[in-house]
Amino acid sequence: MTTYTLPDGTGHFGAYGGRFVPETLMAAITELEEVYEQSKKDPEFQEQLRYYLKQYIGRETPLYYAENLTKLAGGADIYLKREDLNHTGAHKINNTIGQALLTQKMGKKKVIAETGAGQHGVATATVCALLKLECTIFMGEEDIRRQKLNVFRMELLGAKVVSVSQGSGTLKDAVNEALRYWVANVDDTHYIMGSVLGPHPFPVIVRDFQSVIGKETKGQYLEENDSLPDAVVACIGGGSNAMGMFYPFIEDEQVKLYGVEAAGHGLDTHLHASSLTKGKPGVLHGAFMYVLQNDDGQIQEAHSISAGLDYPGVGPEHSYLKDAKRVEYTSVTDDEALEALMLLSREEGIIPALESSHAISYGLKLAKQMDKGTGLVICLSGRGDKDVETVQSVIGGSEHE
Amino acid sequence: MNKLTMALKECQAKQEKAFIPYIMAGDGGLERLKSQLLFLEDGGATAVELGIPFSDPVADGPVIQQAGIRSLENGTTLKDVLNKVKEIKDEVKIPIILMGYSNSIIAYGLKEFTEDCLSAGISACIIPDVPIEEEAMFSSIKTAGIVLIRLVTLTSSKERITEITAGAEGFIYAVTIKGITGARDAFGGELGGYLKKVKELSPVPVLAGFGISTPEHVRDTIQSCDGVIVGSKIIECFETGKEDQINELIQASKGLVRK
Repeated sequence: MTTYTLPDGTGHFGAYGGRFVPETLMAAITELEEVYEQSKKDPEFQEQLRYYLKQYIGRETPLYYAENLTKLAGGADIYLKREDLNHTGAHKINNTIGQALLTQKMGKKKVIAETGAGQHGVATATVCALLKLECTIFMGEEDIRRQKLNVFRMELLGAKVVSVSQGSGTLKDAVNEALRYWVANVDDTHYIMGSVLGPHPFPVIVRDFQSVIGKETKGQYLEENDSLPDAVVACIGGGSNAMGMFYPFIEDEQVKLYGVEAAGHGLDTHLHASSLTKGKPGVLHGAFMYVLQNDDGQIQEAHSISAGLDYPGVGPEHSYLKDAKRVEYTSVTDDEALEALMLLSREEGIIPALESSHAISYGLKLAKQMDKGTGLVICLSGRGDKDVETVQSVIGGSEHE
Repeated sequence: MNKLTMALKECQAKQEKAFIPYIMAGDGGLERLKSQLLFLEDGGATAVELGIPFSDPVADGPVIQQAGIRSLENGTTLKDVLNKVKEIKDEVKIPIILMGYSNSIIAYGLKEFTEDCLSAGISACIIPDVPIEEEAMFSSIKTAGIVLIRLVTLTSSKERITEITAGAEGFIYAVTIKGITGARDAFGGELGGYLKKVKELSPVPVLAGFGISTPEHVRDTIQSCDGVIVGSKIIECFETGKEDQINELIQASKGLVRK
């Protein structure tokens, strides 16, 4: 990978990606692509984005040397990229602020978004409040039940939350319903896709807005160590924090990249969310990518203790990077993630999100195998406050059994 | 000549408008398929659009979504549908257009899908989540002589409509609303002008679909195009045993022939 320039002009990463959408949406995504390309060359837009990233979101986030964790592992030096310290508590807002500014640039006043656990919904509702955009969030009925507090947060921020009862009432159904709504309201509404998913240009827009994570990490690591890290680890649901972290390192072949999917109850069960390991290429929500599906092509339910990883597909660029063998994709079970959450809380005084705990778990295993003096960066994509109830119910439950 | 293209030519020769009903394969069980197709054939339909159930049908409204869920609960697969159509192809004369999402076809395998469509006598395919930009992946279907129906919508620019209609086969599917499938009370005022614009540009007949649910809709719409496609309403009629209403809809398309 000497030079990496994907996607190509038609939005494909090798065989993956593309624009598998109803014709009604083609005009909107073509407009989005044009406005996005203009915004990259527009100094005023870039200045606005920089301003909000610094003054509103609180970037740059620290690259924290986790000394206790490093001692415990006894191998590589472990660094944590603290995306949990962003406003709203996760990396999601890096993308929503960028897309909200694009919405303004397109002259649209309304925004829709899907959300699973509610993190992307909260990050979208937040920037919509800031920029005075009318915000509607689609959320599965089942997720609304599981994430009551986040629903209330979105409502506090002035967003309308629409309950989706179709299908399984979870994230993929919320995306379906948001897409249907968009088809019907495309003239005045922008869809803020929350991950590196969907039709072109969404995967590239989300990657670019999230790549601030990897760019900062690279600069911070270089400054402290005069070198690049030997390995970088991030968790993967749809894949946005990982893509943002990996992208600036893709051409640096000496840096090993690891993406960690959710293995749920285990890869040999049906209750997991490991699309890259157990899925096969197919089309979901507008892109050709690895998808969990049965032999008849029906999309299957994903499962993970972490709602943010509970999605039956992985973005097209990750699908490409898997086949190109630039990134190694692996997975971590619910139990392992829980254990990592408790460990990081006790060792470093940081309660990580269940999503990020998957990266912590694998990162620890990896650090143990690496030599002393080498360096490993783990993307701590979000904080765990939102998961405390889930964790309590699982730990509490097992004690009574 | 392709059976669908021929049927549309016959319509034109007789100065008739085309009527294409949509049904969901396997809704009510695949054993019902033959009688449904024969009912529509006898009623005077030009062709039938046969829906393939999919877990995530983003272009469809509640009625077709529910029909798809019922069909999937019956265990319907694309393989079963093609086998069934093959089994009854000598008895059912009406051209059959498969309407399925891209993933169903990709999972089946393009080569096998094309072969099985040919042996089942399928005339055409509509893949609603495949715009012209992604059509290349499905070119084997076209090469085999099966028509790949293209869609235009109210948001398609004149340049884009020109591009889409240039390589069109069979007919152009003109989507009449900004939105998903399903019954509507009224259409926007821009509809007539839009259909006329598409007709001017298209070398093949233009059929309007999405949201057409009453004989009045049918009569109004066909004044500006070559025929209509009715989906959700047909499904509802079969579901609730009001087949006579289906005949009324078909008749509405025959009653008014103005040149």
